[in-house]
Amino acid sequence: MKNNGSNVVLGAATIGLGLCVASSQVLAEPPTAEEMWDKIQELEMKVETTGEMIEESAGSGGHGHGGGDVLWGGYAEVHYNAGDRQQIDVHRWVLFTEYEFNDKLRVQGEFELEHALAGEGQPGEVELEQAFIEYNTSPSNAVFAGVVLVPVGMLNETHEPPTFFGVERDRVHSQIIPTTWWEAGVGSRGELSEGLGYDLFFHSGLNVDETAFTIRGGRQKVAEAVANRPAITGRLRYSGFPGLNLTVAAQYQDDITQGTAEPGTDRDFDTDATLLNFTADYRSGPVGLKAMYARWDLDEGTTGVGPASLGRDEQWGYFVEPSYRFAVPGAGGDGELGIFARYYAFDRTAGDQTGSKEDGFTVGFNYWIHPDVVLKADYDEITIENSTADDDRLNLGIGWQF
Amino acid sequence: MKNSLLAISLCALFVLVSPFQEGHAEEVYLEPDTFLAEVFGSSLPDPDVLWITKDRKSVTSRIMTHGKGPRRIRYWADATRTAWILEEIGKVRPITTGYVVKSGQIERVAVLIYRESRGWEVRHKFFTDQFVGATVDADYRLDRYIDGISGATLSVDALTRLGRLALYLTEEITAENK
Repeated sequence: MKNNGSNVVLGAATIGLGLCVASSQVLAEPPTAEEMWDKIQELEMKVETTGEMIEESAGSGGHGHGGGDVLWGGYAEVHYNAGDRQQIDVHRWVLFTEYEFNDKLRVQGEFELEHALAGEGQPGEVELEQAFIEYNTSPSNAVFAGVVLVPVGMLNETHEPPTFFGVERDRVHSQIIPTTWWEAGVGSRGELSEGLGYDLFFHSGLNVDETAFTIRGGRQKVAEAVANRPAITGRLRYSGFPGLNLTVAAQYQDDITQGTAEPGTDRDFDTDATLLNFTADYRSGPVGLKAMYARWDLDEGTTGVGPASLGRDEQWGYFVEPSYRFAVPGAGGDGELGIFARYYAFDRTAGDQTGSKEDGFTVGFNYWIHPDVVLKADYDEITIENSTADDDRLNLGIGWQF
Repeated sequence: MKNSLLAISLCALFVLVSPFQEGHAEEVYLEPDTFLAEVFGSSLPDPDVLWITKDRKSVTSRIMTHGKGPRRIRYWADATRTAWILEEIGKVRPITTGYVVKSGQIERVAVLIYRESRGWEVRHKFFTDQFVGATVDADYRLDRYIDGISGATLSVDALTRLGRLALYLTEEITAENK
């Protein structure tokens, strides 16, 4: 009789277990096609959302690095020069920053270390080349104030190593323009019409040594600069045809000695100075051609003491530079090889009758292993009239920008 | 003379600057929706997404010279045209540009939103028309040189890279749909 009771319990348990198994099988039924489609769409939406979240946090790259509204970049170049003497030099290491207060207002700065080591008795310099605020008055026009690169020449404002041919900047730019040249002031730049732009800059002036009247020596670099005599620079830019850029610029300063008196008198030198500058830059496909002319006219001044007494009342220079580029392998991507030749001439004492022209012929190449990284080599043959200071040089360099 | 210089300069600045004009650095030249409507008319297709897989990334990184681009790129395509709205930084800010590809060639380029403080000349037709008819070779280089604009070099480079990218991505869609 007891065994019958156990059998009933066992049987009931078995039936119960069977019912559970059966019901679980019913719950695990494969989804219908409609359920599958709903699930796929739900998964797609989750993947899309996840992707958006990742991209928002990753940000984007480019020449402006940094986070939020702070951007920074820079460039550098290391040179080897072999002429009468051989020298290797970190010519420049530059850092620039930009901060945007809002969509219209921003500040920019450029900090430079030249020749690696600055200080008493050292060859280098630490310089602040740019420090200005800029405000957009319209999408293609802006006003600015502060320390700004003077809008003249081809290299004065844009001189990162991958942007020009040659290890060193050409001597017409360095001796006549005189690159790199910055001043403090207020100005405006923008677009007048399609392809026609302008720059206007009212700024601090040069302060030349009245015993030499060399333009390059008159740069004060806004370092406790004498500000008795300001200057004004204007430029028109035409870029309405692809590959072609033309500019004409002029500068006037009413006394580049900043009110210095002539020796032994109370009469100022009052040396007016005017710069006239033309540039042409054309590139069509692999062929390029650049040309520039710059001329300073200084008031002759009092006989015997003014610029004319040194032949410095006229100073001019020009260059012509054809080039050709090829696509070549680069470092991890596309590269480019460019060959160039340049003829240049300038005279810083053209006002006298003495032959004093310096001219030169440079040939070389740039190898862009990446659009922002360049290897350079060139040979520079220099001739100076009535001088034994000719110095033919082999130059090698590496440069980059980011 | 100094005061005259100052007076002339300030007058010129005032005339040129027009300080009362509403201004901002970001300029929307063409709304993206309007661009798409111009391309597809009333038959705007639903957007689709192309994933930049590892294999594709090796190509896009080479074209763009960096690997920081998005991993998913939206596009619109009908039977004949594919439209892309792509962004790339010129100097410091992204330039939003629309590209239309038809039969493996660029049919149209339009700068939609420009945010840089310089280089805005790239929006002009005389520049963007250079891309019309462009194709890419096996290395995804354009079949032509795009002549630049001095002072807008970085913007020119950005738009040129995006043109190559649009052509490559369209090839990938075509291959995917076969």
